[in-house]
Amino acid sequence: MLSPQQATERVAASVGARYRRERRFQMYGKLAIGSALVFLVLFMANILQKGIPGFFQHYVTLEVDLDRELLDPMGDASVDSLFAGNPRRVMQLAIYEATGAESRADQRAAFKLVSTGATNRLRDMILEDPSILGTRMSIQFAVDDDADSYLRGFITKATEERRRRVKDNQMDMIDRLQAEGRIEYKLSDYIFTGSDSRNPELAGIKGAVIGSLLTLAVCLSLAFPIGVAAAVYLEEFAPKNRITDVIEVNINNLAAVPSVVYGILGAAVFINVFGFQRSWPIVGGFVLALMTLPTIIISSRAALKAVPPSIRDAALGMGASRVQVVTHHVLPLALPGMLTGTIIGMAQALGETAPLLMIGMVAFVVDAPSGIFSPSTALPVQIYMWADSAERMFVAKTSAAIIALLSFLVVMNAAAVVLRKKFERRW
Amino acid sequence: MIARLGMAALVAASVSTAAVARDYVSMTGSSTVFPFATIVAEAFGNNPNYKTPVVESTGSSAGKRGACNGIGTEFVDIGNASSRMKSKDLATCQANGIDVTEVKVGYDGIVLANSINGPVLEVTKGQLWQALAAKLPAGNAKWVDNPNQTWSDIDASLPNIAIRVYGPPSTSGTRGSWEEMVNEKGCTKVDGVEAALKMFGYDEEYCMPMRTDGAFIEAGEQDNLIVQKLGEEPESYGIFGFSFLNQNTDSLQGAIVDGVEPNMDTIAAGDYPISRALWFYVKKPHVGVVPGVQEYASEWIKHWGPGGVLEEAGMVPMPAAERDEYAAVIANLPTMTAETLSK
Repeated sequence: MLSPQQATERVAASVGARYRRERRFQMYGKLAIGSALVFLVLFMANILQKGIPGFFQHYVTLEVDLDRELLDPMGDASVDSLFAGNPRRVMQLAIYEATGAESRADQRAAFKLVSTGATNRLRDMILEDPSILGTRMSIQFAVDDDADSYLRGFITKATEERRRRVKDNQMDMIDRLQAEGRIEYKLSDYIFTGSDSRNPELAGIKGAVIGSLLTLAVCLSLAFPIGVAAAVYLEEFAPKNRITDVIEVNINNLAAVPSVVYGILGAAVFINVFGFQRSWPIVGGFVLALMTLPTIIISSRAALKAVPPSIRDAALGMGASRVQVVTHHVLPLALPGMLTGTIIGMAQALGETAPLLMIGMVAFVVDAPSGIFSPSTALPVQIYMWADSAERMFVAKTSAAIIALLSFLVVMNAAAVVLRKKFERRW
Repeated sequence: MIARLGMAALVAASVSTAAVARDYVSMTGSSTVFPFATIVAEAFGNNPNYKTPVVESTGSSAGKRGACNGIGTEFVDIGNASSRMKSKDLATCQANGIDVTEVKVGYDGIVLANSINGPVLEVTKGQLWQALAAKLPAGNAKWVDNPNQTWSDIDASLPNIAIRVYGPPSTSGTRGSWEEMVNEKGCTKVDGVEAALKMFGYDEEYCMPMRTDGAFIEAGEQDNLIVQKLGEEPESYGIFGFSFLNQNTDSLQGAIVDGVEPNMDTIAAGDYPISRALWFYVKKPHVGVVPGVQEYASEWIKHWGPGGVLEEAGMVPMPAAERDEYAAVIANLPTMTAETLSK
């Protein structure tokens, strides 16, 4: 037994140490937050620095003779006629004129400066307005990715000529075009309106964004009702016995299953048994729904648990049936929590590639999907595939797609916060 | 009730979709063929009469399996592969009752490259095997873990820098081809190995595994990452497809193997020793059912020659005679038999 005096002395002696320990503890916390912030800032700075140029590209303005005979051999400006025409020749004439290329070697070099998408652009313009046929117009075309690399300074004259993809004569042509003010660096019109392409200057995220939205729509319309119904039954109605215990443990375990497993399951069930085609957003949505279900069920149950029993008791006391108690009182109060959980689950699903690999959504799809029954990819898949491309200009495109994906995630998480704030109740 | 409705909807959806025919070509397979197949697919999709084919990148073995795994629109129409079907692959097709046509499209080299700021490596296959194999024979006595730490440990003519090679993981077709073409072939060219193999009853496959002690580093399927890494480390080397070297000639150089430098000409002529043919396999029962299968195959003919977009992307064109041969194959779609393989 210590005497009170001894005890006081000991406490007094240890007070300093205790304060120091507290300060140390707080400092560890600050350090942890600080280092997390530093990593986040570094990551964002890196992505933004690499990705923002990916939204821009160089364009060259050319005077084009829209020759009626070359472009529209059948004379009716129909799709078939335009595809039978020779817009390539029209483009060649325009670029030879602008660069003054005369020898065959120079002409070939000059033609490579303009993106291969130029002929499609001509075709689309004529389809939109056939009256431009036969006129002379100045039109902006994207430059080829190699020429773009030179204009951005990634390829310089300092490198030996045989080692570069842009040769001396091409560099001179580009310099001349630039001196004439024909070259402009501006926001790419392909990045948002184009889909996947093997030409980096024509590649865009439209197809992937639509694919992601369709997949998420299927996922949400399946996972949310099923998840909420399962949570409500388990929380409000199910008897507490062995079976419900087993179900509960299994739901918690399912939340920890690696996502690729759901992909294998999806390929086996939805494609081989139901006969859906590979690469369809509906299959992707089903698979992602399976993956997000446990997350939604667990968060919905937590939200239901947070509704105080007094609300249920009061409603029951007023003579409401159990279904009325749930639908009129408990569900509305638990909904913000459920929505938050759902949105976080959806955000997770938005970033998933592994399960999509197994069902054929990791694929090169050029045509933007027209519905849940047409082949499509998703944003993270697009990032993964661009990162693996040999052409160097895809590096910037990859980061640009990452920025797009991150903005989606930020919007979704912000929506979760807003919903929670708006509907939150305190007791 | 709700569950029953849901099931009914699912069943109805599956029945209705199974009846819907697919109106685009679907293919899967090699990640090496993928960049070239996608270029052809995109060009083909410009034709307003056909939709753009969908191309998946899943690896050569999945491509060969895909060409033979079933008839119906939920299965792919074409399988891409960077290694030829073996007789057991063909047997699977025949057992499933599926006729396929084999088409060669071009060649691809596998290079060992480093930064242009580093030394050019001039090696033989045997030396490459000694640098990267898991086990080497020590004298005639036994197999030991690869003791070579620097290139000059193998031969005094090689640079005195640590062996540090980034390469593809074991799931990659490029890795498989490297093990077959360099390790398996190179090992028999080294003195004393044949004797050591005989003495212990091993065959050439014993030579195939890559070392795992850190000198060979698996860098994942992302060849771009290896390219970036090599720029930062002039004394490291990387193993990848020729197309990546071709896209980065301003920063990388290929090692000279058995006296031959890797470039379009040496690979096309078959002089560069580490090269392989690229293939695709057409599922014949799908031709005429899924629109555009044969037409897509014909699209290759427009692009696979010298000066075409595929060469630009790093594929090495076939000689003219071979191009004619396979153009005829695409036109007639002969069924592949054991005889085709023995040619």
